[in-house]
Amino acid sequence: MTEAMNRVAIRPLSRILPARLRGDDPDKIEKENLKIRHEQLRDGERVRSNIRLLLIIVMFACIYTAIGARLAMLASSQPAEPVAQSNNSLIFAQRADIVDRRGRILATNLETYALYVETRHLVDPRNTANKLADLFDDLNANDLYSQFTSKRKFLWIKKKLSPEQMQAVHDIGEPGLRFGPRETRLYPNGALASHILGGASFGKEGVKSAEIVGVAGIEKTFDSQLRDPSYSRKPLKLTIDLSIQAAVEHVLEGGMRLLNAKGAAAILMEVDTGRVISLASLPDFDPNHRPGLPVRGSADDSPLFNKAIQGVYELGSTFKIFTVAQALELELVDPKTKINTKGPIRMGGHKINDYRNNGPELPVWQVITESSNLGTARIAKMIGPEKQREFLSSLGFTKPTSIEMIEASGGKPLLPKRWNELETMTISYGHGLSATPLHLATGYATLANGGRLVKPTLLEEEKLGLGQQIISKEVAKNSLAMLRGVVTEGTASLADVNGYFVAGKTGTADKPSAQGGYDKEKNITSFASIFPIHEPKYVLVVTLDEAQDTSGPEPKRTAGWTAVPVSAEIIARVAPLLGLRPKFDNKSSVGVTLSNWQE
Amino acid sequence: MRSFIYTVTFASLVGLAFWAYQENIKTKNAIAHTEKLQKEIGIAGARLSILNAEWAYLNRPDRLTELVDLNFGRLQLVPLRASNFLEVDEINFRNDPDLPDVVSLAVSLKKIGGSRD
Repeated sequence: MTEAMNRVAIRPLSRILPARLRGDDPDKIEKENLKIRHEQLRDGERVRSNIRLLLIIVMFACIYTAIGARLAMLASSQPAEPVAQSNNSLIFAQRADIVDRRGRILATNLETYALYVETRHLVDPRNTANKLADLFDDLNANDLYSQFTSKRKFLWIKKKLSPEQMQAVHDIGEPGLRFGPRETRLYPNGALASHILGGASFGKEGVKSAEIVGVAGIEKTFDSQLRDPSYSRKPLKLTIDLSIQAAVEHVLEGGMRLLNAKGAAAILMEVDTGRVISLASLPDFDPNHRPGLPVRGSADDSPLFNKAIQGVYELGSTFKIFTVAQALELELVDPKTKINTKGPIRMGGHKINDYRNNGPELPVWQVITESSNLGTARIAKMIGPEKQREFLSSLGFTKPTSIEMIEASGGKPLLPKRWNELETMTISYGHGLSATPLHLATGYATLANGGRLVKPTLLEEEKLGLGQQIISKEVAKNSLAMLRGVVTEGTASLADVNGYFVAGKTGTADKPSAQGGYDKEKNITSFASIFPIHEPKYVLVVTLDEAQDTSGPEPKRTAGWTAVPVSAEIIARVAPLLGLRPKFDNKSSVGVTLSNWQE
Repeated sequence: MRSFIYTVTFASLVGLAFWAYQENIKTKNAIAHTEKLQKEIGIAGARLSILNAEWAYLNRPDRLTELVDLNFGRLQLVPLRASNFLEVDEINFRNDPDLPDVVSLAVSLKKIGGSRD
């Protein structure tokens, strides 16, 4: 507005009129005035643009200073992730627990501390070495002192300390003694289920933490899953039942001691799902202090050796039922067919005979109840090597079991080099082919569930139904009836547990001696049983190594006197824990009976 | 008019900046709070796992067996066996006139149970 007010006229009349009078060109005045105005405008514009330039300079200077300062700050400070939201993925990462089928803890973690020494901070090495040696029996004061005074700056003393030990070390008051936090694996049940769990040790170690690595058993098989932080709060659930496992181990250990056995194994399995409820191998060990691998002697004498899934043994007469079941399946015989049991059979320098004379002939069902080698061998001869091999393969006897244990691959069955007629006959009664007790349990589960294959498993989540039908329901039922006969009138009479209708087959196999041939004084006795027979739910296999009953005048080494009473006691203890309702009514309600075949 | 729009825009800019600043502060506080809580949960979790481990250790079958043996005189605990089971009608119910007729109830229960077998 002011500009408009001060505006100077370009053709002011006060100058134009006199100029006209003088005869001058009034346009010159206009030009002159225009020039002045333009100059004024230009000057104003320059000032303004100078101010703008200055502003821009100041602004850019500010921006660059800010950026530079930020850069300098970033360069001189500790890097940190920008946090846009709270990180709630993990609260504390640790190895997942292992629990039994009812959620009871089998393996968990415990916070402890490791003890190390920083020698440059040691005030009194001599005194420290003495006091540490007093505290820990396995440490030597002189060795420690020489290490403390050597050039080493850092050394580990103990990998795990209990809180009491830690306090005692604290009380030494030596600044050079340092503690590194650790998580250690704890097996609260001690030696219970030790072979299943295996054990863990430290992998890479740092001062602040150490990784825990599974070294055997489930801990090793599922190491990556147990370590996976996304599984850290989801325990690994096994099919094992802690109280049943405890009862089985307790009875098995008692039996092993009473019968002076070197070792023992037991497997309890659900017949429809292949879930292993209990798997025991004795002698066992404490996974909290896992012993080292044996440096001498045979591997299977070590407590680390899992007899149930690694031990391959000739399982003796327990195999006979497979031969008979196959012959029934192929319709070569029926349960009443008479089989020649005259012996011995001589073949290729080999003699097959019965444990006791069974007369000239027996019906098939009695071949099982009387456990006749001759009868079984002759039935196997009818089947032939090819078909026998095929059948045993389909039951899984020719390859390691597929249970989720790292050791399972070690339980590779020993097959004969040549599988001819002689081998067929010996295999028919469980000699010449060695397999693990778990193989046997899986095979019996197939007989018990009506002829379907099962896959043994230790994982509760594994939903494995029944597999392929290997033998018909009818054959399976007849086989069970014969196995029941073994208990009611055969070699396993001690297994007749009141209320639970046990069926099963004994097996006694002499151990191969170091000199070749068989050792008559040392044997493997097994009892494979199925219960309750009217509604088969469980298979129990018990194997004893070099057991003998010395209560009588003569030592008794057959399965009927060793593995059978131990199995009976296990069943009597375990069946109520499994929730099985005992039946005390007469046997007609059981449904399976030998009476159809008896004359 | 134009200057009014300028004023309003500028004022809203300042207002938004203030709001954003406050939100930022609140978020940072919330994050700090959750971190503190998570630390507490972590400590509680560690304590819980120790207690669980201790519970499992105290309830280990070996120790319970020992305790059962030690206290046999008072408790007389023995393993459960088939002989510990009875049929329902074998149980000696007290005949109390104020109570419903438990014997017939038991028999009918047994019938239901029997039909399930």
